[in-house]
Amino acid sequence: MGMTITEKILARAAGRDRVAPGELISARVDAVLGNDITAPLAIREFEKIGVDRVFDPDRVYLVPDHFTPNKDIKSAEQAKEMREFARRQGLTHYFEVGRMGIEHCLLPEQGLVGPGDVVIGADSHTCTYGALGAFATGVGSTDLAAAMALGETWFKVPESVKFVYEGELPEWVGGKDLILYTIGDIGVEGALYQAMEFTGPAIAHLSMDGRFTMANMAIEAGAKNGIIAPDLRTLEYVHGRTRRPFEIFASDPDAAYARTVTYDVSKLEPQVAFPHSPDNTRPVSGAGRVDIDQVVIGSCTNGRMDDLRLAARVLARRQVHPHVRLLVFPGTQEIYRQALDEGLLSIFIQAGAAVSTPTCGPCLGGHMGVLARGERAVATTNRNFVGRMGHPESEVYLTNPAVAAASAVLGRIAHPGEVV
Amino acid sequence: MQLEGNAWKFGDNIDTDVIIPARYLNTSDQAELAKHCMEDADPAFAGQVQPGDIIVGGSNFGCGSSREHAPLAIKGAGVSCVIARNFAHIFYRNAFNIGLPILECPAAVEGIRAGDRVAVDAAAGTIRNLTTGAAFEAKPIPPFMQEIIAAGGLIEHVKRKVRG
Repeated sequence: MGMTITEKILARAAGRDRVAPGELISARVDAVLGNDITAPLAIREFEKIGVDRVFDPDRVYLVPDHFTPNKDIKSAEQAKEMREFARRQGLTHYFEVGRMGIEHCLLPEQGLVGPGDVVIGADSHTCTYGALGAFATGVGSTDLAAAMALGETWFKVPESVKFVYEGELPEWVGGKDLILYTIGDIGVEGALYQAMEFTGPAIAHLSMDGRFTMANMAIEAGAKNGIIAPDLRTLEYVHGRTRRPFEIFASDPDAAYARTVTYDVSKLEPQVAFPHSPDNTRPVSGAGRVDIDQVVIGSCTNGRMDDLRLAARVLARRQVHPHVRLLVFPGTQEIYRQALDEGLLSIFIQAGAAVSTPTCGPCLGGHMGVLARGERAVATTNRNFVGRMGHPESEVYLTNPAVAAASAVLGRIAHPGEVV
Repeated sequence: MQLEGNAWKFGDNIDTDVIIPARYLNTSDQAELAKHCMEDADPAFAGQVQPGDIIVGGSNFGCGSSREHAPLAIKGAGVSCVIARNFAHIFYRNAFNIGLPILECPAAVEGIRAGDRVAVDAAAGTIRNLTTGAAFEAKPIPPFMQEIIAAGGLIEHVKRKVRG
Protein backbone atom coordinates (compact mmCIF):
# COMPACT_ATOMS: atom_id res chain seq x y z
CA MET A 1 0.00 0.00 0.00
CA GLY A 2 1.36 3.41 -0.96
CA MET A 3 1.22 6.61 1.05
CA THR A 4 -0.34 10.01 0.50
CA ILE A 5 1.79 13.15 0.31
CA THR A 6 0.66 14.06 3.84
CA GLU A 7 1.68 10.65 5.20
CA LYS A 8 5.07 10.81 3.45
CA ILE A 9 5.90 14.23 4.86
CA LEU A 10 4.90 13.17 8.36
CA ALA A 11 6.82 9.89 8.08
CA ARG A 12 10.00 11.72 7.19
CA ALA A 13 9.52 14.22 10.02
CA ALA A 14 8.97 11.34 12.43
CA GLY A 15 12.14 9.60 11.18
CA ARG A 16 10.17 6.60 9.99
CA ASP A 17 9.67 4.70 6.76
CA ARG A 18 5.95 4.91 6.91
CA VAL A 19 3.04 6.12 9.01
CA ALA A 20 -0.62 5.22 8.86
CA PRO A 21 -3.74 7.30 9.57
CA GLY A 22 -4.71 7.30 13.23
CA GLU A 23 -1.16 6.77 14.53
CA LEU A 24 0.17 9.24 17.08
CA ILE A 25 3.66 10.35 16.11
CA SER A 26 6.29 12.69 17.41
CA ALA A 27 7.62 14.78 14.53
CA ARG A 28 10.31 17.41 14.21
CA VAL A 29 9.10 20.75 12.91
CA ASP A 30 10.88 22.80 10.24
CA ALA A 31 9.41 26.02 11.53
CA VAL A 32 6.92 27.40 14.05
CA LEU A 33 4.91 30.59 13.93
CA GLY A 34 3.13 32.94 16.31
CA ASN A 35 1.41 36.31 16.09
CA ASP A 36 0.66 39.19 18.45
CA ILE A 37 -2.51 37.48 19.77
CA THR A 38 -1.18 33.95 20.25
CA ALA A 39 2.54 34.44 20.89
CA PRO A 40 2.31 36.33 24.20
CA LEU A 41 0.44 33.39 25.75
CA ALA A 42 2.96 30.98 24.18
CA ILE A 43 5.91 32.99 25.50
CA ARG A 44 4.55 32.85 29.07
CA GLU A 45 4.11 29.08 28.78
CA PHE A 46 7.56 28.69 27.15
CA GLU A 47 9.15 30.46 30.10
CA LYS A 48 7.64 27.94 32.51
CA ILE A 49 9.37 25.03 30.76
CA GLY A 50 12.81 25.83 32.08
CA VAL A 51 14.87 26.04 28.88
CA ASP A 52 16.72 29.27 28.15
CA ARG A 53 16.65 29.33 24.37
CA VAL A 54 14.24 28.40 21.60
CA PHE A 55 15.22 25.29 19.64
CA ASP A 56 16.49 27.36 16.68
CA PRO A 57 16.32 31.17 16.43
CA ASP A 58 16.15 30.88 12.62
CA ARG A 59 13.01 28.77 12.71
CA VAL A 60 10.77 30.59 15.16
CA TYR A 61 8.79 33.17 13.17
CA LEU A 62 6.93 35.93 14.98
CA VAL A 63 4.68 38.31 13.06
CA PRO A 64 2.75 41.19 14.63
CA ASP A 65 -0.23 41.27 12.25
CA HIS A 66 -3.52 40.90 14.10
CA PHE A 67 -4.07 44.00 16.24
CA THR A 68 -1.24 45.96 14.63
CA PRO A 69 -0.46 48.75 14.05
CA ASN A 70 -1.41 48.62 17.74
CA LYS A 71 -5.12 49.26 18.07
CA ASP A 72 -5.17 50.07 21.78
CA ILE A 73 -2.97 50.04 24.86
CA LYS A 74 -3.57 46.38 25.71
CA SER A 75 -2.73 45.35 22.15
CA ALA A 76 0.40 47.47 22.30
CA GLU A 77 1.44 45.63 25.46
CA GLN A 78 0.94 42.27 23.76
CA ALA A 79 2.93 43.35 20.69
CA LYS A 80 5.67 44.66 22.98
CA GLU A 81 5.87 41.37 24.88
CA MET A 82 6.40 39.53 21.59
CA ARG A 83 8.94 42.06 20.28
CA GLU A 84 11.00 41.88 23.48
CA PHE A 85 10.99 38.10 23.40
CA ALA A 86 12.18 38.15 19.77
CA ARG A 87 15.08 40.44 20.72
CA ARG A 88 15.94 38.49 23.86
CA GLN A 89 16.03 35.24 21.89
CA GLY A 90 17.83 36.77 18.91
CA LEU A 91 15.13 35.59 16.48
CA THR A 92 16.10 36.13 12.85
CA HIS A 93 12.54 36.34 11.58
CA TYR A 94 10.61 38.85 13.59
CA PHE A 95 8.85 41.25 11.22
CA GLU A 96 8.20 44.76 12.46
CA VAL A 97 5.26 46.92 11.36
CA GLY A 98 6.26 48.56 8.09
CA ARG A 99 8.37 45.54 7.12
CA MET A 100 5.81 42.84 7.74
CA GLY A 101 2.79 41.25 6.18
CA ILE A 102 -0.15 39.08 7.08
CA GLU A 103 1.70 35.98 8.27
CA HIS A 104 0.31 33.51 5.74
CA CYS A 105 1.06 35.85 2.83
CA LEU A 106 4.44 36.78 4.26
CA LEU A 107 6.11 33.45 5.07
CA PRO A 108 5.70 31.89 1.59
CA GLU A 109 6.70 35.17 -0.07
CA GLN A 110 9.86 35.35 2.02
CA GLY A 111 10.76 31.74 1.28
CA LEU A 112 10.48 30.79 4.95
CA VAL A 113 8.26 27.80 4.25
CA GLY A 114 8.78 25.33 1.44
CA PRO A 115 7.75 22.01 -0.09
CA GLY A 116 8.00 19.03 2.25
CA ASP A 117 8.19 21.17 5.39
CA VAL A 118 6.35 20.44 8.59
CA VAL A 119 5.13 23.74 10.00
CA ILE A 120 2.93 24.49 12.98
CA GLY A 121 1.60 27.93 13.73
CA ALA A 122 -0.50 29.35 16.51
CA ASP A 123 -3.02 30.51 13.96
CA SER A 124 -5.63 28.30 12.37
CA HIS A 125 -4.85 29.47 8.82
CA THR A 126 -1.32 28.06 9.04
CA CYS A 127 -2.74 25.38 6.73
CA THR A 128 -2.14 27.90 3.88
CA TYR A 129 1.38 26.54 3.29
CA GLY A 130 -0.08 23.26 2.09
CA ALA A 131 -0.29 25.04 -1.27
CA LEU A 132 3.50 24.59 -1.47
CA GLY A 133 3.30 20.88 -0.77
CA ALA A 134 4.11 21.30 2.92
CA PHE A 135 2.33 19.80 5.92
CA ALA A 136 1.16 22.83 7.84
CA THR A 137 -1.45 23.06 10.57
CA GLY A 138 -2.74 25.42 13.21
CA VAL A 139 -2.23 24.80 16.92
CA GLY A 140 -2.81 26.71 20.13
CA SER A 141 -0.35 28.77 22.12
CA THR A 142 0.70 25.97 24.48
CA ASP A 143 1.56 23.67 21.58
CA LEU A 144 3.57 26.52 20.09
CA ALA A 145 5.39 26.98 23.42
CA ALA A 146 6.31 23.30 23.57
CA ALA A 147 7.50 23.28 19.96
CA MET A 148 9.56 26.44 20.49
CA ALA A 149 11.39 24.56 23.25
CA LEU A 150 11.68 21.12 21.66
CA GLY A 151 11.64 21.66 17.90
CA GLU A 152 9.13 18.86 17.71
CA THR A 153 5.48 18.22 18.32
CA TRP A 154 3.01 15.36 18.22
CA PHE A 155 0.41 14.64 15.55
CA LYS A 156 -2.31 12.14 14.97
CA VAL A 157 -1.71 11.17 11.34
CA PRO A 158 -4.85 12.28 9.47
CA GLU A 159 -6.72 10.24 6.93
CA SER A 160 -6.67 11.91 3.52
CA VAL A 161 -9.61 12.91 1.35
CA LYS A 162 -8.83 13.42 -2.31
CA PHE A 163 -10.60 16.22 -4.17
CA VAL A 164 -10.37 16.11 -7.96
CA TYR A 165 -11.32 19.25 -9.87
CA GLU A 166 -12.06 18.42 -13.51
CA GLY A 167 -12.54 20.92 -16.31
CA GLU A 168 -11.50 24.47 -17.02
CA LEU A 169 -12.48 27.33 -14.72
CA PRO A 170 -14.84 29.92 -16.25
CA GLU A 171 -14.00 33.62 -16.19
CA TRP A 172 -14.27 35.29 -12.74
CA VAL A 173 -14.07 31.90 -11.02
CA GLY A 174 -10.93 31.06 -9.04
CA GLY A 175 -9.46 29.33 -6.02
CA LYS A 176 -11.86 31.08 -3.62
CA ASP A 177 -14.85 29.74 -5.51
CA LEU A 178 -13.42 26.22 -5.65
CA ILE A 179 -12.86 26.11 -1.92
CA LEU A 180 -16.19 27.80 -1.03
CA TYR A 181 -18.02 25.39 -3.32
CA THR A 182 -16.20 22.45 -1.73
CA ILE A 183 -16.96 23.60 1.83
CA GLY A 184 -20.58 24.22 0.80
CA ASP A 185 -20.74 20.67 -0.47
CA ILE A 186 -19.05 18.81 2.39
CA GLY A 187 -19.92 21.17 5.27
CA VAL A 188 -17.84 22.85 7.98
CA GLU A 189 -17.11 19.48 9.56
CA GLY A 190 -16.90 17.65 6.24
CA ALA A 191 -13.18 16.95 6.61
CA LEU A 192 -12.89 16.93 10.42
CA TYR A 193 -9.38 15.77 11.50
CA GLN A 194 -8.63 14.87 7.85
CA ALA A 195 -6.17 16.03 5.19
CA MET A 196 -7.75 17.64 2.13
CA GLU A 197 -5.65 16.88 -0.93
CA PHE A 198 -6.53 19.10 -3.89
CA THR A 199 -5.80 17.62 -7.33
CA GLY A 200 -6.97 17.63 -10.94
CA PRO A 201 -6.63 19.71 -14.11
CA ALA A 202 -8.24 22.83 -12.64
CA ILE A 203 -5.68 22.83 -9.82
CA ALA A 204 -2.83 22.31 -12.30
CA HIS A 205 -3.95 25.51 -14.06
CA LEU A 206 -4.53 27.46 -10.87
CA SER A 207 -1.97 30.16 -9.98
CA MET A 208 0.00 29.83 -6.75
CA ASP A 209 -2.07 32.68 -5.31
CA GLY A 210 -5.25 30.71 -6.08
CA ARG A 211 -3.74 27.63 -4.49
CA PHE A 212 -2.85 29.52 -1.31
CA THR A 213 -6.49 30.63 -1.10
CA MET A 214 -7.68 27.02 -1.33
CA ALA A 215 -5.28 25.55 1.21
CA ASN A 216 -5.95 28.53 3.49
CA MET A 217 -9.60 27.59 3.94
CA ALA A 218 -9.13 23.85 4.52
CA ILE A 219 -9.62 24.60 8.24
CA GLU A 220 -13.08 25.93 7.38
CA ALA A 221 -14.07 22.32 6.53
CA GLY A 222 -12.56 21.14 9.83
CA ALA A 223 -9.48 19.75 8.10
CA LYS A 224 -6.15 19.24 9.80
CA ASN A 225 -4.38 20.39 6.65
CA GLY A 226 -4.95 21.16 2.99
CA ILE A 227 -2.29 20.14 0.51
CA ILE A 228 -1.40 20.40 -3.18
CA ALA A 229 1.48 18.35 -4.57
CA PRO A 230 4.26 20.55 -5.95
CA ASP A 231 4.49 20.95 -9.73
CA LEU A 232 6.48 23.19 -12.07
CA ARG A 233 4.45 26.20 -10.99
CA THR A 234 5.34 25.51 -7.36
CA LEU A 235 9.02 25.17 -8.23
CA GLU A 236 8.95 28.44 -10.17
CA TYR A 237 7.42 30.11 -7.12
CA VAL A 238 9.92 28.79 -4.60
CA HIS A 239 12.92 29.29 -6.89
CA GLY A 240 14.91 32.25 -5.64
CA ARG A 241 12.79 32.54 -2.50
CA THR A 242 13.37 29.48 -0.40
CA ARG A 243 16.22 29.75 2.06
CA ARG A 244 16.50 26.08 2.94
CA PRO A 245 16.84 22.87 0.94
CA PHE A 246 13.44 21.33 0.35
CA GLU A 247 12.04 18.01 -0.68
CA ILE A 248 9.24 17.27 -3.13
CA PHE A 249 6.68 14.63 -2.19
CA ALA A 250 3.76 13.23 -4.14
CA SER A 251 1.05 10.72 -3.32
CA ASP A 252 1.58 7.17 -4.55
CA PRO A 253 -0.91 5.92 -7.15
CA ASP A 254 -2.05 3.23 -4.69
CA ALA A 255 -2.27 5.52 -1.66
CA ALA A 256 -5.34 5.00 0.51
CA TYR A 257 -7.97 7.73 0.81
CA ALA A 258 -10.95 7.91 3.15
CA ARG A 259 -12.83 8.98 0.04
CA THR A 260 -12.43 10.70 -3.29
CA VAL A 261 -14.67 13.57 -4.34
CA THR A 262 -14.76 14.73 -7.97
CA TYR A 263 -16.19 18.00 -9.23
CA ASP A 264 -16.63 19.26 -12.78
CA VAL A 265 -15.88 22.96 -12.43
CA SER A 266 -16.37 24.01 -16.06
CA LYS A 267 -19.76 25.59 -15.28
CA LEU A 268 -19.00 26.76 -11.75
CA GLU A 269 -20.20 30.26 -10.88
CA PRO A 270 -18.56 32.63 -8.41
CA GLN A 271 -19.71 31.53 -4.94
CA VAL A 272 -21.06 33.50 -2.00
CA ALA A 273 -21.03 32.15 1.56
CA PHE A 274 -24.01 33.66 3.36
CA PRO A 275 -24.09 34.33 7.11
CA HIS A 276 -23.15 32.79 9.43
CA SER A 277 -21.15 29.86 8.15
CA PRO A 278 -18.60 29.30 5.37
CA ASP A 279 -20.61 26.29 4.20
CA ASN A 280 -23.76 28.34 3.63
CA THR A 281 -22.83 28.87 -0.01
CA ARG A 282 -24.83 29.81 -3.10
CA PRO A 283 -23.82 30.75 -6.62
CA VAL A 284 -23.78 34.54 -6.99
CA SER A 285 -26.75 34.33 -9.40
CA GLY A 286 -28.78 32.89 -6.54
CA ALA A 287 -27.81 35.57 -4.01
CA GLY A 288 -30.89 37.75 -4.59
CA ARG A 289 -30.81 41.42 -3.66
CA VAL A 290 -28.42 41.93 -0.76
CA ASP A 291 -27.57 45.59 -0.10
CA ILE A 292 -24.25 46.13 1.64
CA ASP A 293 -22.44 48.72 3.76
CA GLN A 294 -18.81 47.62 3.56
CA VAL A 295 -16.48 45.62 1.35
CA VAL A 296 -13.15 44.21 2.54
CA ILE A 297 -10.61 43.04 -0.03
CA GLY A 298 -7.49 41.42 1.42
CA SER A 299 -6.56 39.00 4.24
CA CYS A 300 -4.50 35.81 4.37
CA THR A 301 -7.12 34.31 2.07
CA ASN A 302 -7.22 36.89 -0.73
CA GLY A 303 -4.63 39.60 -0.15
CA ARG A 304 -2.10 38.57 -2.83
CA MET A 305 -1.16 40.12 -6.20
CA ASP A 306 -3.63 38.04 -8.25
CA ASP A 307 -6.40 39.12 -5.91
CA LEU A 308 -5.54 42.81 -6.11
CA ARG A 309 -5.16 42.67 -9.90
CA LEU A 310 -8.57 41.06 -10.21
CA ALA A 311 -10.18 43.68 -7.98
CA ALA A 312 -8.45 46.48 -9.88
CA ARG A 313 -9.69 45.10 -13.19
CA VAL A 314 -13.25 45.49 -11.92
CA LEU A 315 -12.69 48.86 -10.22
CA ALA A 316 -10.70 50.61 -12.98
CA ARG A 317 -12.47 53.81 -14.09
CA ARG A 318 -15.36 53.07 -11.74
CA GLN A 319 -16.56 54.46 -8.44
CA VAL A 320 -17.43 52.76 -5.17
CA HIS A 321 -21.18 53.07 -4.49
CA PRO A 322 -21.96 56.12 -2.32
CA HIS A 323 -23.37 53.93 0.48
CA VAL A 324 -20.38 51.58 0.60
CA ARG A 325 -16.99 51.74 2.35
CA LEU A 326 -14.38 49.77 0.41
CA LEU A 327 -11.28 48.75 2.39
CA VAL A 328 -8.30 47.21 0.61
CA PHE A 329 -5.59 45.41 2.58
CA PRO A 330 -2.56 44.22 0.59
CA GLY A 331 -1.17 41.06 2.21
CA THR A 332 2.42 42.18 2.68
CA GLN A 333 4.58 45.27 2.34
CA GLU A 334 6.09 43.70 -0.80
CA ILE A 335 2.62 43.18 -2.30
CA TYR A 336 1.76 46.75 -1.31
CA ARG A 337 4.84 48.07 -3.13
CA GLN A 338 4.21 45.94 -6.19
CA ALA A 339 0.57 47.04 -6.32
CA LEU A 340 1.85 50.61 -6.15
CA ASP A 341 4.29 50.00 -9.02
CA GLU A 342 1.57 48.41 -11.15
CA GLY A 343 -0.79 51.35 -10.58
CA LEU A 344 -3.32 49.24 -8.71
CA LEU A 345 -3.35 51.43 -5.60
CA SER A 346 -4.17 54.44 -7.79
CA ILE A 347 -7.13 52.59 -9.21
CA PHE A 348 -8.36 51.74 -5.71
CA ILE A 349 -7.89 55.27 -4.40
CA GLN A 350 -9.51 56.88 -7.46
CA ALA A 351 -12.45 54.50 -7.04
CA GLY A 352 -12.90 55.82 -3.50
CA ALA A 353 -11.36 52.98 -1.51
CA ALA A 354 -9.36 53.18 1.70
CA VAL A 355 -6.03 51.37 1.23
CA SER A 356 -4.36 50.10 4.40
CA THR A 357 -1.05 48.77 5.58
CA PRO A 358 -1.22 44.95 5.92
CA THR A 359 -3.19 43.79 8.96
CA CYS A 360 -5.61 41.00 9.91
CA GLY A 361 -7.66 43.66 11.76
CA PRO A 362 -10.99 43.74 9.92
CA CYS A 363 -11.21 40.00 9.19
CA LEU A 364 -11.74 39.16 12.86
CA GLY A 365 -13.49 42.33 13.92
CA GLY A 366 -10.33 43.56 15.60
CA HIS A 367 -9.91 47.02 14.14
CA MET A 368 -9.82 48.93 10.84
CA GLY A 369 -13.34 48.15 9.68
CA VAL A 370 -15.50 46.89 12.54
CA LEU A 371 -19.21 46.57 11.65
CA ALA A 372 -22.10 48.22 13.52
CA ARG A 373 -25.36 46.49 14.46
CA GLY A 374 -27.28 45.46 11.36
CA GLU A 375 -24.48 46.28 8.91
CA ARG A 376 -23.58 43.93 6.08
CA ALA A 377 -20.18 43.35 4.53
CA VAL A 378 -18.93 41.48 1.52
CA ALA A 379 -15.44 40.22 2.33
CA THR A 380 -12.74 38.19 0.63
CA THR A 381 -11.82 36.83 4.06
CA ASN A 382 -12.42 33.32 5.39
CA ARG A 383 -15.03 33.37 8.16
CA ASN A 384 -18.52 34.79 8.51
CA PHE A 385 -19.40 33.52 11.99
CA VAL A 386 -21.74 35.50 14.24
CA GLY A 387 -19.91 38.66 15.33
CA ARG A 388 -16.82 37.82 13.28
CA MET A 389 -16.41 41.32 11.88
CA GLY A 390 -17.99 43.29 14.68
CA HIS A 391 -21.47 43.53 16.19
CA PRO A 392 -23.10 40.12 16.74
CA GLU A 393 -26.04 41.36 14.66
CA SER A 394 -23.86 42.29 11.67
CA GLU A 395 -23.45 40.03 8.64
CA VAL A 396 -20.52 38.90 6.50
CA TYR A 397 -20.77 37.44 2.99
CA LEU A 398 -17.62 35.69 1.72
CA THR A 399 -16.68 35.99 -1.96
CA ASN A 400 -13.76 36.18 -4.34
CA PRO A 401 -12.08 39.59 -4.97
CA ALA A 402 -13.86 40.22 -8.31
CA VAL A 403 -17.31 39.73 -6.78
CA ALA A 404 -16.27 41.89 -3.82
CA ALA A 405 -15.13 44.70 -6.16
CA ALA A 406 -18.29 44.50 -8.29
CA SER A 407 -20.39 44.54 -5.12
CA ALA A 408 -18.54 47.65 -3.92
CA VAL A 409 -19.46 49.42 -7.18
CA LEU A 410 -23.13 48.43 -7.23
CA GLY A 411 -23.77 48.58 -3.47
CA ARG A 412 -25.20 45.07 -3.45
CA ILE A 413 -23.85 41.56 -4.01
CA ALA A 414 -23.07 41.49 -7.73
CA HIS A 415 -21.45 39.38 -10.42
CA PRO A 416 -18.36 41.04 -11.92
CA GLY A 417 -19.96 40.62 -15.35
CA GLU A 418 -22.59 43.20 -14.31
CA VAL A 419 -19.87 45.82 -13.99
CA VAL A 420 -17.15 44.98 -16.49
CA MET B 1 -11.66 13.26 38.76
CA GLN B 2 -15.32 13.69 39.79
CA LEU B 3 -17.08 16.68 38.29
CA GLU B 4 -20.63 17.82 38.86
CA GLY B 5 -22.75 20.72 37.73
CA ASN B 6 -25.72 21.93 35.74
CA ALA B 7 -25.78 21.50 31.97
CA TRP B 8 -25.66 24.39 29.52
CA LYS B 9 -26.71 23.26 26.06
CA PHE B 10 -25.36 24.67 22.80
CA GLY B 11 -25.84 23.58 19.19
CA ASP B 12 -23.52 22.33 16.46
CA ASN B 13 -20.44 24.17 15.17
CA ILE B 14 -19.95 26.45 18.18
CA ASP B 15 -16.97 28.44 16.91
CA THR B 16 -14.22 30.08 18.91
CA ASP B 17 -15.46 33.52 17.81
CA VAL B 18 -18.66 33.05 19.80
CA ILE B 19 -16.83 31.33 22.68
CA ILE B 20 -14.62 34.40 23.02
CA PRO B 21 -15.08 37.19 20.46
CA ALA B 22 -11.88 38.67 19.01
CA ARG B 23 -12.77 42.08 20.41
CA TYR B 24 -11.61 40.72 23.79
CA LEU B 25 -8.37 39.15 22.57
CA ASN B 26 -6.26 42.12 23.58
CA THR B 27 -5.72 40.22 26.83
CA SER B 28 -5.05 36.60 27.73
CA ASP B 29 -6.05 37.00 31.37
CA GLN B 30 -8.32 34.06 32.15
CA ALA B 31 -10.59 35.95 34.56
CA GLU B 32 -11.01 38.80 32.09
CA LEU B 33 -11.77 36.40 29.21
CA ALA B 34 -14.27 34.52 31.41
CA LYS B 35 -16.43 37.65 31.70
CA HIS B 36 -17.18 37.38 27.98
CA CYS B 37 -17.31 33.61 27.63
CA MET B 38 -19.96 32.47 25.08
CA GLU B 39 -21.09 36.09 24.79
CA ASP B 40 -22.17 35.95 21.14
CA ALA B 41 -23.98 32.60 21.58
CA ASP B 42 -25.72 33.36 24.90
CA PRO B 43 -25.10 36.80 26.44
CA ALA B 44 -26.52 35.61 29.80
CA PHE B 45 -24.08 32.70 30.14
CA ALA B 46 -21.09 34.45 31.71
CA GLY B 47 -23.25 36.10 34.35
CA GLN B 48 -25.16 32.98 35.34
CA VAL B 49 -22.74 30.05 35.00
CA GLN B 50 -21.83 28.45 38.33
CA PRO B 51 -18.53 26.77 39.26
CA GLY B 52 -18.66 23.13 38.18
CA ASP B 53 -21.29 23.65 35.46
CA ILE B 54 -20.92 21.61 32.30
CA ILE B 55 -21.19 22.73 28.68
CA VAL B 56 -22.90 20.28 26.34
CA GLY B 57 -22.30 21.16 22.70
CA GLY B 58 -23.19 19.44 19.45
CA SER B 59 -20.74 18.45 16.77
CA ASN B 60 -17.53 20.28 15.75
CA PHE B 61 -17.37 22.20 19.04
CA GLY B 62 -14.65 24.87 19.05
CA CYS B 63 -14.29 25.19 15.28
CA GLY B 64 -12.60 28.19 13.69
CA SER B 65 -9.64 30.03 15.09
CA SER B 66 -6.76 28.46 17.05
CA ARG B 67 -7.17 30.90 19.92
CA GLU B 68 -6.38 29.12 23.18
CA HIS B 69 -8.27 31.99 24.77
CA ALA B 70 -11.42 29.95 24.00
CA PRO B 71 -10.79 26.99 26.34
CA LEU B 72 -9.16 29.44 28.80
CA ALA B 73 -12.35 31.52 28.88
CA ILE B 74 -14.43 28.39 29.47
CA LYS B 75 -12.12 27.18 32.22
CA GLY B 76 -11.97 30.66 33.72
CA ALA B 77 -15.77 30.79 33.84
CA GLY B 78 -15.66 27.81 36.20
CA VAL B 79 -16.94 25.25 33.71
CA SER B 80 -15.70 21.84 34.84
CA CYS B 81 -16.09 19.90 31.60
CA VAL B 82 -17.27 20.17 27.99
CA ILE B 83 -19.19 17.29 26.42
CA ALA B 84 -19.81 17.25 22.66
CA ARG B 85 -20.43 14.86 19.81
CA ASN B 86 -16.95 15.75 18.59
CA PHE B 87 -14.52 18.66 18.71
CA ALA B 88 -12.64 20.73 16.15
CA HIS B 89 -9.05 19.47 16.10
CA ILE B 90 -7.25 22.56 17.38
CA PHE B 91 -9.72 23.10 20.23
CA TYR B 92 -9.34 19.43 21.16
CA ARG B 93 -5.57 19.79 21.61
CA ASN B 94 -5.85 23.14 23.34
CA ALA B 95 -8.31 21.85 25.92
CA PHE B 96 -6.01 18.98 26.95
CA ASN B 97 -2.97 21.23 26.89
CA ILE B 98 -4.47 23.68 29.37
CA GLY B 99 -6.20 21.03 31.50
CA LEU B 100 -9.85 21.54 30.56
CA PRO B 101 -11.57 18.11 30.61
CA ILE B 102 -13.51 17.38 27.42
CA LEU B 103 -15.41 14.25 26.43
CA GLU B 104 -16.79 13.04 23.11
CA CYS B 105 -20.16 11.37 23.68
CA PRO B 106 -22.99 11.64 21.13
CA ALA B 107 -25.41 9.73 23.38
CA ALA B 108 -24.89 12.18 26.26
CA VAL B 109 -25.48 15.11 23.90
CA GLU B 110 -28.87 13.56 23.08
CA GLY B 111 -29.63 12.52 26.64
CA ILE B 112 -28.88 15.75 28.52
CA ARG B 113 -31.22 18.76 28.53
CA ALA B 114 -30.39 22.31 29.53
CA GLY B 115 -30.38 22.58 33.31
CA ASP B 116 -30.03 18.85 34.01
CA ARG B 117 -27.68 17.97 36.86
CA VAL B 118 -24.74 16.05 35.41
CA ALA B 119 -21.91 14.12 37.05
CA VAL B 120 -18.75 13.21 35.14
CA ASP B 121 -15.82 10.96 35.90
CA ALA B 122 -13.42 12.36 33.34
CA ALA B 123 -10.73 9.72 33.81
CA ALA B 124 -13.17 6.83 33.48
CA GLY B 125 -15.13 8.60 30.74
CA THR B 126 -18.47 8.05 32.46
CA ILE B 127 -21.25 10.61 32.38
CA ARG B 128 -24.40 10.42 34.52
CA ASN B 129 -27.49 12.54 34.13
CA LEU B 130 -28.53 12.86 37.77
CA THR B 131 -31.84 14.43 36.78
CA THR B 132 -32.98 11.53 34.61
CA GLY B 133 -30.78 8.74 35.94
CA ALA B 134 -29.34 7.97 32.49
CA ALA B 135 -25.68 6.94 32.21
CA PHE B 136 -23.36 7.32 29.23
CA GLU B 137 -19.88 6.13 28.21
CA ALA B 138 -17.68 8.69 26.45
CA LYS B 139 -15.21 7.78 23.73
CA PRO B 140 -11.99 6.70 25.51
CA ILE B 141 -9.29 9.35 25.79
CA PRO B 142 -6.17 8.27 23.84
CA PRO B 143 -3.29 7.14 26.12
CA PHE B 144 -1.06 10.05 25.05
CA MET B 145 -3.73 12.57 26.02
CA GLN B 146 -4.08 10.76 29.35
CA GLU B 147 -0.35 11.25 29.92
CA ILE B 148 -0.79 14.98 29.35
CA ILE B 149 -3.69 15.07 31.80
CA ALA B 150 -1.75 13.02 34.36
CA ALA B 151 1.21 15.40 34.08
CA GLY B 152 -1.07 18.38 34.67
CA GLY B 153 -1.08 19.78 31.14
CA LEU B 154 1.33 19.89 28.20
CA ILE B 155 3.85 22.27 29.77
CA GLU B 156 4.33 19.99 32.79
CA HIS B 157 4.66 17.06 30.39
CA VAL B 158 7.33 18.90 28.38
CA LYS B 159 9.16 19.94 31.57
CA ARG B 160 9.61 16.27 32.45
CA LYS B 161 10.85 15.56 28.96
CA VAL B 162 13.36 18.43 29.05
CA ARG B 163 14.68 17.33 32.43
CA GLY B 164 15.02 13.79 31.03
